Amino acid sequence: MFNAVSKSPWVVHFNCNSCNGCDIEFLACLTPHYDVERFGILHIGNPKHADVLVVTGSVNNRNARVLQNVYNQIPDPKVVVAMGVCTSSGGVFAGCYNILGNVDLVIPVDVFVPGCPPRPEAMIDGIVKAVGILERKRKGEIFPTAPKPLCKFKPSEEQSAEKTAIKEEKTV
Amino acid sequence: MAKNTIIPFGPQHPVLPEPIQLRLVLDEERVVSAIPVVGYVHRGLEKLAEQKDFLQDTYLIERICGICSFIHSLTYSMGIESMMGLTPPPRAQYLRVIWSELHRMHSHLLATGLLADSFGFENLFMQLWRTREHIMDAMEATTGARVLLGTCCIGGVRKDVSEELLKSVLQTLVTVEKELDEHMPVLLNDYSVKQRLCGVGILDKQVAYERGAVGPTARASGIAMDLRTQGYAAYGELDVEPMVETDGDCYARTKVRVRELYQSLNIIRQAIGKIPSGSINVPFKTKPDGEVISRAEQPRGEVLYYLKGNGTDMLERLRVRTPTFANIPPVLAMLAGCELADVGVIVISIDPCISCTER
Repeated sequence: MFNAVSKSPWVVHFNCNSCNGCDIEFLACLTPHYDVERFGILHIGNPKHADVLVVTGSVNNRNARVLQNVYNQIPDPKVVVAMGVCTSSGGVFAGCYNILGNVDLVIPVDVFVPGCPPRPEAMIDGIVKAVGILERKRKGEIFPTAPKPLCKFKPSEEQSAEKTAIKEEKTV
Repeated sequence: MAKNTIIPFGPQHPVLPEPIQLRLVLDEERVVSAIPVVGYVHRGLEKLAEQKDFLQDTYLIERICGICSFIHSLTYSMGIESMMGLTPPPRAQYLRVIWSELHRMHSHLLATGLLADSFGFENLFMQLWRTREHIMDAMEATTGARVLLGTCCIGGVRKDVSEELLKSVLQTLVTVEKELDEHMPVLLNDYSVKQRLCGVGILDKQVAYERGAVGPTARASGIAMDLRTQGYAAYGELDVEPMVETDGDCYARTKVRVRELYQSLNIIRQAIGKIPSGSINVPFKTKPDGEVISRAEQPRGEVLYYLKGNGTDMLERLRVRTPTFANIPPVLAMLAGCELADVGVIVISIDPCISCTER
């Protein structure tokens, strides 16, 4: 039964704070031209049925809690794929007053796919990598979270205070 | 009287590609009213646009929405051009029309596909998105990018398209038209599709007018309103007519989109047939000064930009009113009185774009 998990990982998609560019490219991956279903990947709406969480866009105060909820509802073992440059640094929106920043402030991320938006080929590569990590997690090997692309943006004091607040909340 | 129940619809919901919450006040299975809860995708882009200079803004504005990105930067550029008194050369105007219409086609195919997915017709969703890939290929061939084109700039366009490429776009359109002819009868004539769409989410002409509906939502209710008939860019020299339906239900909205797909095919063919040769942009040295309102027709309806410059690099104010923002009050009117099971279809039938709305 556990073998089936890595043979056909089901994906749930959450749009955090994205401009839609990554979302429509991710949906394009699911459709016949790119067709990730050949890897057994199926897009579903319910996080409780999913193994892979695909996140697009950065985090703001409002959706951080929703993202955490979606993540917590996915049963273990689970992997997170973060699509687009916004997920790693805030991207073009870094510095906006309502952007807290990267997704891994809120949930651990296994694969980052860079690009604005990434090409569907890159996204498929990211998901396939994530499936490999899922397999290793299933065997009980502890896998470190992904190294993050370098971020040039330095958050202001208020924003970093908010970030630490979120981290503390997470550890509690 | 039975006590009303409130059910949250979203922010994470299978039919919604983007997060928005609708709190549905229910009496048994019937929706009494809906309360929208927004803010999940708010980034603060308008403020950021004031901190970057007006040339950088052209590319930032594209990131308001990845689906109608080109038309956003087109509207912004038209506003800045009218502030600075620039007239883009005719070839640039025609190229702008071609890319706008390619964007409209891919957006309408996307919306119709998502609608098919929302009532469980996954096969049709896949087929429509397969057709959409031809248009994405045409955009990639002509601009180098699939989603965020980055070709519109102030004073014209950044990139010229050779005659051979324009011919290959025409070839693509032949393929697309052939596939549309195959899929669209299924969408429009299928018994089960009609069961889900006809008579669902009816919006009266009067209500649509009072609540300020725009785009296909307004046109499906019988309001002949299409900004392309005003003749911005090169639309004045092309044959454009608003596609109007009178039923005002989900089926009429879908039908308007299908007819607009064929209309866009026609417009691109006209534009490629008439495109003049010459330069593609005009140089300028001035800075934007004054205030201006700029409007254009997006796939979802009318977008309105208010721009205020003060003679420096930075704009003093940038305000966007996007079509989905205007369409939220009409969709609340549609939801009142509908069945709970129809909520997903009704919301998707206006083709909501939340990241436009919240910026």
